[in-house]
Amino acid sequence: MPLDQQELRFLEDKANQLRHLCVDTVAWAGAGHIGGSMSAMDIMVLLYYKYLHIDPQNPGWEDRDRFVLSKGHAGIGYAPILADKGFIQRELLTEYNHTGSSLGIHLDSLRVPGVDASTGSLGHGLSIALGMALGIRLLKKSCKVYCLLGDGECNEGQVWEAAMAISHFKPCNIITIVDRNGLMIDGATEEVMKLEPFKQKWEAFGFIVKEVDGHNFKQLAEAVEYSISENSVPVVIIADTIKGCGIDFIENDYRWHYGGLDSDKISEAHKSLTAYYEKRIKGE
Amino acid sequence: MAGLTYTILDATNLSTAEIYGRVLCDMGERYPEIVALSADLAKSTKIGMFGEKFPQRFFNVGIAEQNLFGIASGMAKVGLVPFVSTFAIFTSMRGLDQVHTDICYQNLNVKIIATHAGLSFGQAGTTHHCTEDLSIMRSMANCKVIVPADGIETANAVQAAYETLGPIYIRINRGFDQIFYENTDYGFRIGKAVQVAEGNDLTIIACGSCVYQAAEAAKILRSVDHINARVLNMHTIKPVDRDAILAAVQETRRIITVEDHNVVGGLGSATAEVLALSGKACAFEMLGIPDTFSIIGLHEDLMNYYKIDTDGIVEAARKLIGKEFEDDENWDDEV
Ligand SMILES: Cc1ncc(C[n+]2csc(CCOP(=O)(O)OP(=O)(O)O)c2C)c(N)n1
Repeated sequence: MPLDQQELRFLEDKANQLRHLCVDTVAWAGAGHIGGSMSAMDIMVLLYYKYLHIDPQNPGWEDRDRFVLSKGHAGIGYAPILADKGFIQRELLTEYNHTGSSLGIHLDSLRVPGVDASTGSLGHGLSIALGMALGIRLLKKSCKVYCLLGDGECNEGQVWEAAMAISHFKPCNIITIVDRNGLMIDGATEEVMKLEPFKQKWEAFGFIVKEVDGHNFKQLAEAVEYSISENSVPVVIIADTIKGCGIDFIENDYRWHYGGLDSDKISEAHKSLTAYYEKRIKGE
Repeated sequence: MAGLTYTILDATNLSTAEIYGRVLCDMGERYPEIVALSADLAKSTKIGMFGEKFPQRFFNVGIAEQNLFGIASGMAKVGLVPFVSTFAIFTSMRGLDQVHTDICYQNLNVKIIATHAGLSFGQAGTTHHCTEDLSIMRSMANCKVIVPADGIETANAVQAAYETLGPIYIRINRGFDQIFYENTDYGFRIGKAVQVAEGNDLTIIACGSCVYQAAEAAKILRSVDHINARVLNMHTIKPVDRDAILAAVQETRRIITVEDHNVVGGLGSATAEVLALSGKACAFEMLGIPDTFSIIGLHEDLMNYYKIDTDGIVEAARKLIGKEFEDDENWDDEV
């Protein structure tokens, strides 16, 4: 089912609220991967509030859908969602990155309910997701596996090992999404290590490629539903995103891959996010 | 494990890996949650025997070891019990980040049976020798590390691995091992050394193919030198059998370790750690590959060259037996 107006508004509000909460968490943590969290936020919000069949009361539910955040450094964007969903207590966010806290930069699946895989070493997630998908198929269950990768992460050979294997095994229950924000740590992906022609690379590996605006819920939802319904050819959604999306002084600046925000910057960030939200609501 | 016993009749004319393949097929029959994975080494590692019997439950991922261990981790996460086989060198190095983060860190129920370990693929050259894996795998928290002495013990280890929750690394050799055990009924338990020869003059602690060599050495020492050597088959390197080592120190006070592995980080190091922490004095020698990239050749020739065969062990025992390590018999002043 495509998004209706009410759902769309709900998602817009949710994404806005969680972007603000992410900024607060960065403040509590002292610093964080804010750029990649903001670029991935709409994608994660759509999955968590529209598609994933999960139960925060029963995080280990065997028949749940799985989500693998392959770009694990976006944990500080992911944890606010888990808190909002009720997997973890919201107060825990105030201890993010503190010594002894269960929440660190890369979320640990054994310590944080709702996290399906401990990631952080880039390049692993798609293989793990594929293993889950193949296992689920073998067990004759109907749950789905969603995997979110970074674009810089796609420098890793293992991503392509996994892509090749997805084409080969055709699990059909895996939804692959790349957060194509165009930046990595040391600069633009095309400068550090060229990914283009990116679409053709995935196509060459046997994928149908859906290129969408990664900050447009309608486009994202259509692509996710296409991927769910396509049962013979694997699909990858390349989500065109903005690193730091919504925070004007962070947007599209690779130096904000990871950083700290002082109290002035925190209020500036909140202000910018509010303005960004209003623009989105007006459809600008 | 009730009902699954193997004897020398099952092992004769079978390589160690073939016995592994057979055991895995038998277990696959009983346990539908077992799946098997390899990376274009299904034939060489013999995990392919499972694949022939259960094609739906076997996954060959091609020559992609990182993907291999990642997929295994995902399968374990949804409740399956993956057995994964490729060469030891590609397990402990090429796919190590995945073994570490995807499997060990998340304490997943994945069983890794790594083949062609040590110098057993000697002629393939040093890119295929694997004399670092015990050191590497021993430092992976959550992971148990087992080195079976022969095919029969491999059958025991593989079954025990299924029965024990969590990640387990079993390293076996390429090709045929000297048959050491006649049947599987000798009380194999993970973490418990097996005493294969009695003696109180010194203790030889061995693992893998060196167990047979140590037992042969003990026979020579007994008949020629009248030295009664205790021989321990330390099939589990982690958790190592501390009690057996401490008893050996107390009762024999001379210990030789022998392994088809670098002397850094493997069985010798594991033993040395127990010794050092005990505070007891002990004459001690570690046999293994002397922290070097090994030369090329047949496994048995290389074992001889690096003095981890019967001759090498006998020579080391004769030296060690004459070594002074303590002026008096007073144990109280040693800590
Ligand atoms: C294997 C590995 N190498 C290096 C790193 C360090 N690292 C963390 S994030 C990052 C850049 C990731 O870029 P991208 O995938 O584009 O993520 P995004 O820009 O969306 O944050 C790097 C190199 C890592 N986590 N894992």
